[in-house]
Amino acid sequence: MSNIKNIFLVGVGGQGTILTSKILSKGFVENGYDVKMAEIHGMSQRGGSVTTQIRYGEKVYSPVIEKGSADIIVAFEKSEALRFLDYLKEDGILVINTQEIYPVTVNIGASKYPNNIIEEYDKVVGKKNVNVIDAYKIAGELGNIKCMNIVLLGALVKMFKLENINWKQIIKDSVPEKAIEMNINAFDKGYEI
Amino acid sequence: MKTLMTGNEAIARGAYEAGVTVASAYPGTPSTEIMENFSKYKGAHSEWAVNEKVACEVAAGASIRGARAFCAMKHVGLNVAADGFMSYSYHVTNGGFVLVTADEPNMFSSQNEQDNRYYALFGKTALIEPSDSQECIDFMKEAFNISEKFETPVVFRITTRICHSKSRVNLEERVVPPIKEYVKDPSKNLMLPAISRLRHPKIENIRLAGLKEYSNNCSLNRIEMNKTKIGIITSGVSYQYCKEVMGDNASYLKIGFLNPLPDTMIKDFASKVEKLYIIEESDPFIEEQVRAMGISCIGKDLFPICGEFSPALIRELLLGKKQVSTYQTQMQAPSRPPVLCAGCPHRGLFFELGKYKDKAFFSGDIGCYTLGAASPLNALDTTICMGASITGAHGFTKANEIANDTSKKAFAIIGDSTFFHSGITGLINSVYNNSSITTIILDNSITAMTGHQENPGTGKNITGAPAPAVDLVQLCYACGIKKENLIVVDPYDLAATKEAIKKGYEATEPFVIITKRPCALLKPVIKQRAKVKAVVNADKCRSCKMCLKSGCPALILGEKISIDQNSCNGCGVCIQICPFDAIERIGE
Repeated sequence: MSNIKNIFLVGVGGQGTILTSKILSKGFVENGYDVKMAEIHGMSQRGGSVTTQIRYGEKVYSPVIEKGSADIIVAFEKSEALRFLDYLKEDGILVINTQEIYPVTVNIGASKYPNNIIEEYDKVVGKKNVNVIDAYKIAGELGNIKCMNIVLLGALVKMFKLENINWKQIIKDSVPEKAIEMNINAFDKGYEI
Repeated sequence: MKTLMTGNEAIARGAYEAGVTVASAYPGTPSTEIMENFSKYKGAHSEWAVNEKVACEVAAGASIRGARAFCAMKHVGLNVAADGFMSYSYHVTNGGFVLVTADEPNMFSSQNEQDNRYYALFGKTALIEPSDSQECIDFMKEAFNISEKFETPVVFRITTRICHSKSRVNLEERVVPPIKEYVKDPSKNLMLPAISRLRHPKIENIRLAGLKEYSNNCSLNRIEMNKTKIGIITSGVSYQYCKEVMGDNASYLKIGFLNPLPDTMIKDFASKVEKLYIIEESDPFIEEQVRAMGISCIGKDLFPICGEFSPALIRELLLGKKQVSTYQTQMQAPSRPPVLCAGCPHRGLFFELGKYKDKAFFSGDIGCYTLGAASPLNALDTTICMGASITGAHGFTKANEIANDTSKKAFAIIGDSTFFHSGITGLINSVYNNSSITTIILDNSITAMTGHQENPGTGKNITGAPAPAVDLVQLCYACGIKKENLIVVDPYDLAATKEAIKKGYEATEPFVIITKRPCALLKPVIKQRAKVKAVVNADKCRSCKMCLKSGCPALILGEKISIDQNSCNGCGVCIQICPFDAIERIGE
């Protein structure tokens, strides 16, 4: 099944991972690919881990990605990719947003938020395949941290060479009218990185 | 038109295209989005029922009248609906009737992983299982045809992975068949013993025989012959996993119509392959019946009953090949368990209730407040099923009385939607049988855990249109709770909550506390409280960590405590807990 591409998005509830994967999937469908997408949220909608998996290609059977076969993992929160690093395939790309969100277990001192996470990614995956982005800051400069997910989308489109799809139109169709301009700017900023 | 849909969206679409005009459901993961999506279509009646039994019987009533109707629920919901389902299965359906059950292998948010395919076998009805979103649409349409042709209810079984994963679908026009004539006919619609006795053999000999013939000849069951060394009988999402792993290196009998099973097809397929595997998630439903046909096969001796399947699992067990993980790290991400939200009105109650941990039994229920069981609140002893908080507390108390044990007072903890679902019968029972339990109804004015569905207390129906709101206080009085034994309290007010719990603890008659505060995540609440925040005065904070005992995720432990202003809604619980007055409220 080597003609199938696997994209793994991981983050924390409320960060917009699901909207991002919806936009991505829509783009692939409109370009004639077979697409399957799986979400895991369940009880953890607020503050819990959220993962979405997108697979596209000529014919896709399973909606879930297997270990060692993700072409790219995008972590919306810095530590979240640690959970899923074994899904990345050899020479796969890692995109890390530097935002840190402490779960309640860390806040009450019951678990520890690790130090030097980026260094660990560099060491394990290899620096050339690790892309670190401060999307939180970029989104803040654009006026609303909520468009952080679209900054990451822009970065992913560039790194994954998905330019042949009209993402801006899909973004326009997917966000509220008043947020369109900001999200288009967010996409451009992400793409420029 | 080609688009992407989740299985749940596709089931709603299939029902719409099939011309369904009446639909009823109670929300429950992973089934909730079926009715949410169906309610957006015009030209049909949709509703949130108070529970699954109600949903099933509403759909049955519409079916008797001649309309195409469906009900939807999560797997454990069918246990609640079983009474109506098992009886309606004896009827002669008029308009097509489909019961959608969403099972949950791996229990992402459920208390068990029961395999509801057995309900169709048990109820002697047709059973259908799709394996992607396109099949959700196609099979729903066929389900209504089957229901009308064979005069049988149809069980439509899906699993989480089908409900919540998206795949491509082709949309077609809606075709609404005319609502059939209703003709009064007791032999079809009135199951008294004398009629049921005549009806049972007809179901055994005519309905099931007809369905078996259909099963062997329908397009829902399909043989794909490739290499014949390995033959796989499979269904649902497991079919996709098998195809992913084996491709054309195996032959398949994909079963979409599962009750009765296509016996001729199975025998035919088994005779053409060298080694026969049955690959099905959950229980050995197909396997046991295949073995009973005298066919040897490999099934649960190789593949697990518990948990969820995946391509990796099938690759490993079928081919002995482990998927390689390229990158490994010893560094661990911190655990992120679900917690009560910042500003959740349940927190104040659980914080005060926790003080009675050693001298009370907390009988919990199903909803957000089940999270009160987690650390640091640790305020639940048990959770059986929806509605069981009150009945469980009552049973505990009666056993206590017989054992002459006064060491533990029983509290029942239940939400507003769950109280309407199946708590109210328990409350009536506790009054009727003179129980000294204290029932706490956590009224946050929404069905929160499943993502904010309206219920009979909220004043709105599924479409958002106004509906009369049930008055919980008057309702409790009507159940027999005395006026002096009911207190309504704001759970953001810890002193008042503490006082109410004390009275509840000391009560010797059935007692009710209603904690009334809307869910912190309701849009009007977010808007109203947008500027209200709690902030820490660092000069006064002594890092005693008392406030952390509330378990609020907005509180951040550093050298001193700080509060995440993005998530805080100024509920003030931490302000009241802080012994040094170091937390202040701003923005009011």
